[in-house]
Amino acid sequence: MQISLHPRYVRICHWVNALAIFLMVTSGWRIYNASPIFNFLFPKSITIGGWLGGGILWHFAAMWMLVINALIYLMVNILSGRMQSKFLPLYPKQLFTDLRNALLLKLQHSDITHYNAVQKAAYLSVMLGIFIAIISGLAVWKSVQFPLLRELMGGYDNARVVHFFAMTFIVSFVMIHLLMVALVPATLKTMLFSRKQVIQQGADK
Amino acid sequence: MSKRSPNDLIDTKYLIKQVEKELESSSRRLFGKQILSLGSLSLLSGCALTDGDSAEKMLVSVSRWNDRVQAFLFDPNKLAPTYPESMITKPFPFNAYYGEDEIRDVDGTRYKLELGGLIRERKPWTLSQLAMLPQTSQVTRHICVEGWSAIGKWGGVRFSDFLKMVGADTTAKYVGFKCADDYYTSIDMPTALHQQTLLTLTFADRILPREYGFPMKLRIPTKLGFKNPKHITEIYVTNDYPGGYWEDQGYNWFGGA
Repeated sequence: MQISLHPRYVRICHWVNALAIFLMVTSGWRIYNASPIFNFLFPKSITIGGWLGGGILWHFAAMWMLVINALIYLMVNILSGRMQSKFLPLYPKQLFTDLRNALLLKLQHSDITHYNAVQKAAYLSVMLGIFIAIISGLAVWKSVQFPLLRELMGGYDNARVVHFFAMTFIVSFVMIHLLMVALVPATLKTMLFSRKQVIQQGADK
Repeated sequence: MSKRSPNDLIDTKYLIKQVEKELESSSRRLFGKQILSLGSLSLLSGCALTDGDSAEKMLVSVSRWNDRVQAFLFDPNKLAPTYPESMITKPFPFNAYYGEDEIRDVDGTRYKLELGGLIRERKPWTLSQLAMLPQTSQVTRHICVEGWSAIGKWGGVRFSDFLKMVGADTTAKYVGFKCADDYYTSIDMPTALHQQTLLTLTFADRILPREYGFPMKLRIPTKLGFKNPKHITEIYVTNDYPGGYWEDQGYNWFGGA
């Protein structure tokens, strides 16, 4: 079987993004705790930074990692045509069928080089989720300097709420994503190694 | 038991905030060590991230880089949004590095504002002399570094007018502030000269109450709350980075909104 694995830049961007999201989310929880929007706090043990100032330092350092990495990924992905061939077309009818099959645990997942409609939708929507997290974060950080973004988010206070729900969406994605990797462990290998290494490892067994 | 009155909710929120403040003040003292309480990230032992000193140095240098980015993004002509008086937050929250029972009393009759550094006319100003200068007022949003915000009305002397009047060197890099409550901070010159930056003498059309910084505070709607010093006793202009109470503990110095 001809398998075409993830190009090296995709694998690098994936793991840089994973680390950036981890740092952004856990430091973001620390910042949230300083002035909770809702009636709960995140347990301190799952946050980073130690206190508000430390959380902010991590958050505003990791943001560069997140944004620069996302720009590189999008640029190479779009210019190389990979975005088009991997994630499109995405039809609602197929999404619905695949989603139903996935929930009934009937979805065929033998060819991991091809994304089914649920995967396409999930990966595209988490890209959108990260995009919304970034622009709502910009509106919170620079509510005076970026008035258009601020108004788009419905004002400063509301931008915080949008930012919170973008985080919630991303974290939900990560949890389902990890569950799926646990169900189909071969996907982890393809995200770690080059094609040659994966074939060799397969032969070792 | 699922139904709660709005009062319960407010009380819970208040309680959470107070507990959080307590935790904050004790953990803050351990800043150097605590900054790396990474929780689950400690699993990545052997990684540079567990090396306290270098990680902290890296974070602080990114924060300095972020100062420069913010100075670049700062547009002197861009105004912070203003609001109708009907939107003023009541009661306006008290906030400081100490509790409400520790607010300093400053004697307004004996008050003198000292001037120092790169300023030509350094004679001290009394409160009544400041009150005789042309006054202006604005309703703006105070945004706290913690995330909450509140709208208030502040009035006073446009800071750029004051700086020019006393012959401050407006080509200098920083304006520093020393306060009666031992707070101190500093800002960049472009923000000091921003038309909404006010040497503030009134809050909600009344003499600045003690909890909001009597007799005088600096109101900067383009910066976060901790960059708005209260009970100011000395203003100085300098080219040497003066830091600040929170900034020296890790808050980003520029603190722009």
